[in-house]
Amino acid sequence: MMRHMLDITDWSIAELNALMDTADDIIAHPDTYAHTMDRKKIATLFYEPSTRTRLSFEAAMIELGGQVLGFSEASSSSASKGESVSDTVRTVGCYADIIAMRHPKEGAPTVAAQFSPVPIINAGDGGHNHPTQTLADLLTIRREKGRLNRLVVGMCGDLQFGRTVHSLMSAMSRYDGIRFVLISPEELKIPGYLRENMRKQGVPLQEVEKLEDVIGTLDILYMTRVQRERFFNEADYVRLKDSYILDPEKMALARPDLSVLHPLPRVNEISHAVDQDPRACYFKQVLYGKFMREALILKLLEAKA
Amino acid sequence: MNIDGILNGYVIDHIQAGKAMQIYRHLKLDKLDCSVAIIKNAKSQRMGRKDIIKIDALIPIDLEVLGYIDPNVTVNVIRDGLRLEKKHLALPERVVNIIRCKNPRCITQIEQDIEHVFVLADRDKGLYRCHYCEVPHKPEERSDF
Repeated sequence: MMRHMLDITDWSIAELNALMDTADDIIAHPDTYAHTMDRKKIATLFYEPSTRTRLSFEAAMIELGGQVLGFSEASSSSASKGESVSDTVRTVGCYADIIAMRHPKEGAPTVAAQFSPVPIINAGDGGHNHPTQTLADLLTIRREKGRLNRLVVGMCGDLQFGRTVHSLMSAMSRYDGIRFVLISPEELKIPGYLRENMRKQGVPLQEVEKLEDVIGTLDILYMTRVQRERFFNEADYVRLKDSYILDPEKMALARPDLSVLHPLPRVNEISHAVDQDPRACYFKQVLYGKFMREALILKLLEAKA
Repeated sequence: MNIDGILNGYVIDHIQAGKAMQIYRHLKLDKLDCSVAIIKNAKSQRMGRKDIIKIDALIPIDLEVLGYIDPNVTVNVIRDGLRLEKKHLALPERVVNIIRCKNPRCITQIEQDIEHVFVLADRDKGLYRCHYCEVPHKPEERSDF
């Protein structure tokens, strides 16, 4: 049966672990994989702009020996003429072996998967899902920590609207011994359904407002941006804004084996001075994202080295 | 039609008072040639007030639609004047093309000719989620589709 990558929770822990094993092997033996996708093509259908995700998919396919085609904004596609997602993927499926799609409408990749003759990868659908970012996050954590269980994971910033936060929590909550520390202003706490899911799974949650109060307890710190316009009032923004900016002073309170992740792009939530800290992993995360996309392409096309 | 006696057909009983017309509309009973009786606000020991629909023909009935609108109704199948079967309904696992997603960011707002699918996420709470964007359709919205 043809598989797709639409939502990280559609994939079992065993399957995710196998993808990470493949990514590790690609990192260790890149030459072995250099021709696994010869004569294969990926179509990157990006209905809204994205720099790193599209380039990451394209780089991944090229490193496997394959080629890329596609578009990087809706205005240069037939969507601007009103073509449906279902017709577009049926057409592109005649040209390409696999499709990575980013779309501003939530659920667009699910529609695509219903009609596509080739595997669909969700490269981000509005505020809904972004599973390949979560694959990058998981591999980064596993390579940095050597495990994905028994970890205290801090999620900091906009936890209400951050799709990467929701996906990572859903994925990691399936591993044993995970405890989440949620650091956000009151108005940007995780959605109720996610809190309920965590409660049903028995995953402990601690919710706090200030990063400096808890940073010393964390194995992982996953930073996201807090936008000023998300706050209900200016006074709260002024009171709390510095709590969500990671700087060397806060890093001094953290454990020596902390790993700092960020889905990028960052604006000012991580000071550039932190980049030199060996605990800053967010650029490694970008690199690992590419390897996980390689592993995913190989898996979806049932290719082996 | 004698609404007390049906020879071959259905008695849809224990409908929450006020929902009979909604069921009438969604089962497309207006398209039928046979007799259809709607009894509103009948006295009920269990429910206080209830609605009842009687249909004087054994037409195919979409029990999923019925279960979605009101999972507490019972459907009595009448044949040769006798009750052949009493069906208890439940919320269906999926409903297709009954409700539409209200999320303005959902793909169903722009993609033509796709099925509008909702999946039961929490039976106890009667909560459905859009198959595409996963935004919930709240139980209290079930009465206004």
